Amino acid sequence: MQVIPVLIGITVITFFLLRLIPGDPALQILGQHYTKAGAIQVRHSLGLDRPLWQQYLLFLQHLLQGNLGESITFHQSTRSVIGERLPPTLFLVGYAAIIALVVSIPTGVISALRRGGIFDQTARVTTLVGFAMPSFWLGIILILIFSIHLQLFPVNGYGNTFTQHLDHLFLPSLTIALGFSTIIIRTLRSSTLAVLATDYVDTARIKGISRFAVLRRHVLRNAVVSVVVVFGINLAFLISGTVLIENVFGIPGVGSLLVDSVSTRDYPVVQGVTLVLAFLVVAINLVTDVVHASLDPRVVAE
Amino acid sequence: MNATMNPGALLLERFEARAGRRRGRVRRNATLIVGCSILGIVIVATLAAPLLTPYNPNTIDPLHPLAPPLTPGHPLGTDQFGRDIFARILYGGRIDLLIAFGATGVTLVAGTAIGLFSGYAGGWADSVIMRIVDLFFAFPFFVLVIAIVAMLGPSIFNMFVAIWLTSWISYARITRGHTVLAKGREYVLAAKALGYRHSRVMLRHILPNVVSFVLIFAMVDAVGNILLGAALGFLGLGAKPPSPEWGAMIADGQNYILSSWWLSTLPGVAIVIVGVGFSLIGDGLADLLRADD
Amino acid sequence: MTEAIAISDVAPDEVLRVEGLHTFIRTEGGVVRAVDDVSFSLRRSEILGVVGESGSGKSVTCRTLMGLMPSPPAWSIGEVHYAGRPGRNLLELRGRELQQLRGAHLSMIFQDPMSALNPVMRVGDQIEEAVAAHARLGPRDRRRRALELLDRVGIPAAARRMRAYPHEFSGGMRQRVLIAAAIASRPQVLFADEPTTALDVIIQDQILSLLLELQRDFGMSMVLVSHDLGVIAEMCDRIAVMYAGQIVELADAQTLLTTPSHPYTISLLRSLPDSEHRSRYLPSIVGTPPQLIDVEPGCRFAPRCALAVEECRAWDTELIAVGDEHLVRCRRHEEARRPGAWQEQSFV
Repeated sequence: MQVIPVLIGITVITFFLLRLIPGDPALQILGQHYTKAGAIQVRHSLGLDRPLWQQYLLFLQHLLQGNLGESITFHQSTRSVIGERLPPTLFLVGYAAIIALVVSIPTGVISALRRGGIFDQTARVTTLVGFAMPSFWLGIILILIFSIHLQLFPVNGYGNTFTQHLDHLFLPSLTIALGFSTIIIRTLRSSTLAVLATDYVDTARIKGISRFAVLRRHVLRNAVVSVVVVFGINLAFLISGTVLIENVFGIPGVGSLLVDSVSTRDYPVVQGVTLVLAFLVVAINLVTDVVHASLDPRVVAE
Repeated sequence: MNATMNPGALLLERFEARAGRRRGRVRRNATLIVGCSILGIVIVATLAAPLLTPYNPNTIDPLHPLAPPLTPGHPLGTDQFGRDIFARILYGGRIDLLIAFGATGVTLVAGTAIGLFSGYAGGWADSVIMRIVDLFFAFPFFVLVIAIVAMLGPSIFNMFVAIWLTSWISYARITRGHTVLAKGREYVLAAKALGYRHSRVMLRHILPNVVSFVLIFAMVDAVGNILLGAALGFLGLGAKPPSPEWGAMIADGQNYILSSWWLSTLPGVAIVIVGVGFSLIGDGLADLLRADD
Repeated sequence: MTEAIAISDVAPDEVLRVEGLHTFIRTEGGVVRAVDDVSFSLRRSEILGVVGESGSGKSVTCRTLMGLMPSPPAWSIGEVHYAGRPGRNLLELRGRELQQLRGAHLSMIFQDPMSALNPVMRVGDQIEEAVAAHARLGPRDRRRRALELLDRVGIPAAARRMRAYPHEFSGGMRQRVLIAAAIASRPQVLFADEPTTALDVIIQDQILSLLLELQRDFGMSMVLVSHDLGVIAEMCDRIAVMYAGQIVELADAQTLLTTPSHPYTISLLRSLPDSEHRSRYLPSIVGTPPQLIDVEPGCRFAPRCALAVEECRAWDTELIAVGDEHLVRCRRHEEARRPGAWQEQSFV
């Protein structure tokens, strides 16, 4: 399948990330505690004392074994560090995707059905402004209003039980979802308008079925197809959003892990998180393709 | 869209297109004009900062910390160090606008050039380049930028480098797509038949037709880059304190959110205003382009 | 007591009567008079042909009668009477009433069968949907009815093909599917908007024969819209010629084809390759139809009419009775009928 070269390519780029470090990485890592012996050890643990192609193969080999190296700050295997932090991020992404769909689909469809009306115009202005809005800023404002003044939601953190997760992650997911929604609403609106003008919607109307049936079976079913594609494409946006939002809301996910690791110069973790998230995007794109093919029989599924 | 439209809708479209030019043109221009005005005002304001405010963005005033907006002398208030917020936003605007134009400008030129070349040359060069482009697309963009900044070391310059290394792909893809389309068109075939040099064909014949699409995307990209720069500033990976970059300001103000909301809120408003300006220009250009069809 | 006069109904042998139908469409540049004072009647089991070039208003007329014109930009006035709904003006129907009417009384098939079928829904489901709209049936009965319909319209191996999607069918097959869906609830009136234009010539024939068959078997009345006068001539009992939103000539087929009286009709006939009125060279009609915004008074065909004189452009046009149920919107129809008149004109 076409996915394999992409996966390999991801490993290549991630591999070269580490080589971007200017100067001596050992110096960066050890900082004040730099000793010659320590440096040699660091370089060895990063595999930097071998020829490049060997390094890459070793990297690949480790990867296939599930070995992502050792975290410098946590003194654990990178894999376990990432593994601990992955669930909150996945929860957040899923939650945000669901909220985004719940918000976008009615808004996009109603905007199209009542084109030019108050709802539509309001929605268009809102999406225009929303598109230019930094997600972390929106997050802060939502915290200000809903957590601090109205005391409806906890300010940060992740919680311990499933219900607590739902509670703690609501505002952060909402923040991501709102940003995501701006694009989905636009797309859904224009594809719904396009579908409303088609002949097959007229064919459905003249059969004498109810307006709701026309909407559900013909308009929505077709308009949604194009949204699936946009959804998939913008998923990178979603993943990126988690990095910032986890930071604002203090959620112990891989996003905040990434940012923390940058300041502590924990290169194996940075590399590991990049790899994991890239794979996640590829996986999500695959799922999107499958969903698309199942919704639209004209697509030739591979 | 036209392929599946019924005659009624097609009729409507045709009537509207034929008859609506005059009034439509005014409305189209309105979007463009408003967008350009907003951006123009912002640019002028940031450049004319010394004329608009007596304060320096870094001048500490221990006597007036956390003054709310509309305090005499401080229209937008002060932060915890007594620094004037209005001044900081104006001077910080220079940084964010620099990001918008500097990051976008370079990636636009580089990406367009690569895409033009790739689409025109075809063959294995095209395949290789497009493979690389697809590959970069597979990465969550922001994560990649952070990773690159992580490796190079957090700083404004490295932030630029990270964006340059990753953002060119969108331009390359767009340009390449349009170049491939244009390649088969008559005017290009004619130019080639006349024996024009490749570079001339690319620059004089293909490029002008692609430019409009690229510019529209560039507006969207500019918004993205500002948000990106602000995000990195917020995380402390780009601009760092005491820089008045807007994202960094928002981060700074987080600790005082309870008492002094304006520290974090106002810089965000500035970002939104600039973003809306760019978006409107992009929308205006898109409308203009569509009308010329 | 001005309301005491009841809205007139249809005559005993009529199934549909349209009086003074106007459809306006609001656009950015002004109000378009897409259908301008159209009146006609449709008799039981008759096929009425509506012919004209694109933009003449023939499609919009049908869509208006079916209630398919999008309501914010478009609106209509006039009276439409239907035998199945005595005392009502169809243009006033909304919601449930309109829903009850469609499919079971009035139905329509469209020009491009590919775009007229939902691409993500199985063909069988689309037929069953039509069946279920006006009949309470269990799933098995629905399926059986759908199969019968597909069979009736000539789709081989219907049982298997029911599970297929529209893009897996050929153009002719798709049109048959559309027809099956349109007649599923036994409508009394069928509007066929250019049903064969998007099809190959051979398939065209088959579809037209099918329509004729169904029309006979079910006793349906049909309005057949086309820009192809040849198709209209083959199939129709009566013919209406439309131009720039107006009916310019209306007569039974025989009369119209043998003694056309409107210059536009005559030009159309002359441009038919195998028509009796063919002259040595195939004249095409010079010019284009007028914009329907801010229409100027006078005959709308005058700018392109070889017989037009000054008075034609000032004349507030109306339909003139010329013979037995033969209406023409032309002051110079007598001149138009004179063979010599045309020879004297030069053609481009």
